[in-house]
Amino acid sequence: MTHRSDRLIDVRALARVEGEGAMHVRVRDGAVAGVRLEIYEPPRFFEAFLRGRRHTEPPDITARICGICPVAYQMSACAAIEDACGVTVPPSLADLRRLLYCGEWIESHTLHIYLLHAPDFLGYPSALDLAKDRRDLVERGLTLKKTGNDLIEVVGGRAIHPVNVRVGGFHRVPAPADLAPLRERLRVALDQALETVRWVAGFDFPDFRHEHEMLALTEPGRYAIESGTVATTGGLGFGVREFEDHVIEEHVPHSTALHAHLAGRGRYLTGPAARYTLNHRWLSPLAREVAAEAGLGAECLNPYRSIIVRAVETVYAVEEAIRLIDCYEPPSEAAVPVPPRAGTGRGATEAPRGTLFHRYELDAAGLVTSARIVPPTSQNQAAVEDDLGRFVAGRLDLPDDRLTAECEQAIRNYDPCISCATHFLDLRVDRG
Amino acid sequence: MTGRRVVIGVGNEFRRDDGFGPEVVAELRARGDDRLAGVQLYVSDGEPSRMLDAWSGAELAIVIDVAVGIGGPGGWSELALPEVAGPQHTASGHDIGLGTTVALARVLGRLPPRVVALVAHGHDLGFGVGLSGGVAEAVRPVADRVCALLAAP
Repeated sequence: MTHRSDRLIDVRALARVEGEGAMHVRVRDGAVAGVRLEIYEPPRFFEAFLRGRRHTEPPDITARICGICPVAYQMSACAAIEDACGVTVPPSLADLRRLLYCGEWIESHTLHIYLLHAPDFLGYPSALDLAKDRRDLVERGLTLKKTGNDLIEVVGGRAIHPVNVRVGGFHRVPAPADLAPLRERLRVALDQALETVRWVAGFDFPDFRHEHEMLALTEPGRYAIESGTVATTGGLGFGVREFEDHVIEEHVPHSTALHAHLAGRGRYLTGPAARYTLNHRWLSPLAREVAAEAGLGAECLNPYRSIIVRAVETVYAVEEAIRLIDCYEPPSEAAVPVPPRAGTGRGATEAPRGTLFHRYELDAAGLVTSARIVPPTSQNQAAVEDDLGRFVAGRLDLPDDRLTAECEQAIRNYDPCISCATHFLDLRVDRG
Repeated sequence: MTGRRVVIGVGNEFRRDDGFGPEVVAELRARGDDRLAGVQLYVSDGEPSRMLDAWSGAELAIVIDVAVGIGGPGGWSELALPEVAGPQHTASGHDIGLGTTVALARVLGRLPPRVVALVAHGHDLGFGVGLSGGVAEAVRPVADRVCALLAAP
């Protein structure tokens, strides 16, 4: 097959990517003619579904968009609703939100590293096959992930689709005694997270470098998670309220999800590598140290090495959770009042996969009249398509099955959560 | 039966018939049936590590789920190991099926001695709330079957 200049490869299932969709690569006359990330599911269902709902409901409703990153949806929804209502939560509640978010970073990053991505680098078709040979590694990942799950459960009420989050704060806040057992487990988790960085740093990484502008929230003094302003590696900086002035979404024929680009600039990437590149100086000393030990420099432009960044961010999230628990004093109130008012609010936080933006318009009674959600995966689609085109162009001599497998791995570099943007993903490489 | 017993409703109530598992768990919680005393009821999205956490150490795990294309609307099937034990080809992390989770649990030594899956025959997994008619009709009989399984020696 490799001697042909036109080829057709169909891969009907892209395994180990959160959610589902389709990637279609066209090769003509020995050159890549086009790459499309195809999305089939009815778009923006949740945006329509939110209209007419009370202003208190988006955190619980949008949490159902994704089982892997419900906290991100809740946090961005709360931030946007509170912005619309002119409410700022006190630092003690903001810290508790950050603690909850750390749990999600730990569990989401660990899921991706151990069950979805590491098998690629080690030559296993799945985590199941990895577990048959290296049960210890998979158990370490599951234990680390469970610590994140349990942190979410204690602060958020349950591990999936947390029920304790509300606009203005929480329904109830944990007692210090609730958090104390977690602290001890987080100490163990820190060692596991450090071992994870050293483990993944030893993988063989294909030589690949993208040239996309990268975008993330940034917050001087600390690594941005649940708050911050927007910055890009191209020097752009703006507030969350100006997000839609700079990030333009548009329909593309092959996708029912919207594609995003920076106004007047073009495609961009968000996600862990963007966060690291823009904010690594705000990592903890230990996280910076282990990042340097793992070979990460001042920027991460090789998508394959994003697995190292996720591991470093896991170290940071574990450390940050310990710090927040150590200084935790229960807030005097579990939530501050958020009386409704007519207006528009915007919120953005750093989901494990990248910047997640929400905007809500409310009427005077507090009913949602319009909603807009810009998930990280749809922001990344154009850049992923570009990268995959360049990636395939350098590997056209590979046999179909090998090229397909490598394309799958390339897509997993971005940890796409297609279910956040929409649903259903498979991969097709059309060479003929 | 004296060991830990768990009932896990798998699904997402915002994906139509995929809400079957959570709906059965809600039905069980509302019943207050004596046979449910000491039984741990979970709702899960089916993500493998959370499934493993939920049933690790249990002697009986009853999993309530929905599947498309296995039978006519309104019906449901009861599967026991090894029928649910085979790893499947998966499309995504969200789509790692029960069989793969069972296989992973076995490799890791975290598989309950007895796993029973009660699977409704669904046909609408699109976005939206509410079960389709036939699937909704299966909620009570499946809840009845859960109670019967828990009462069995």
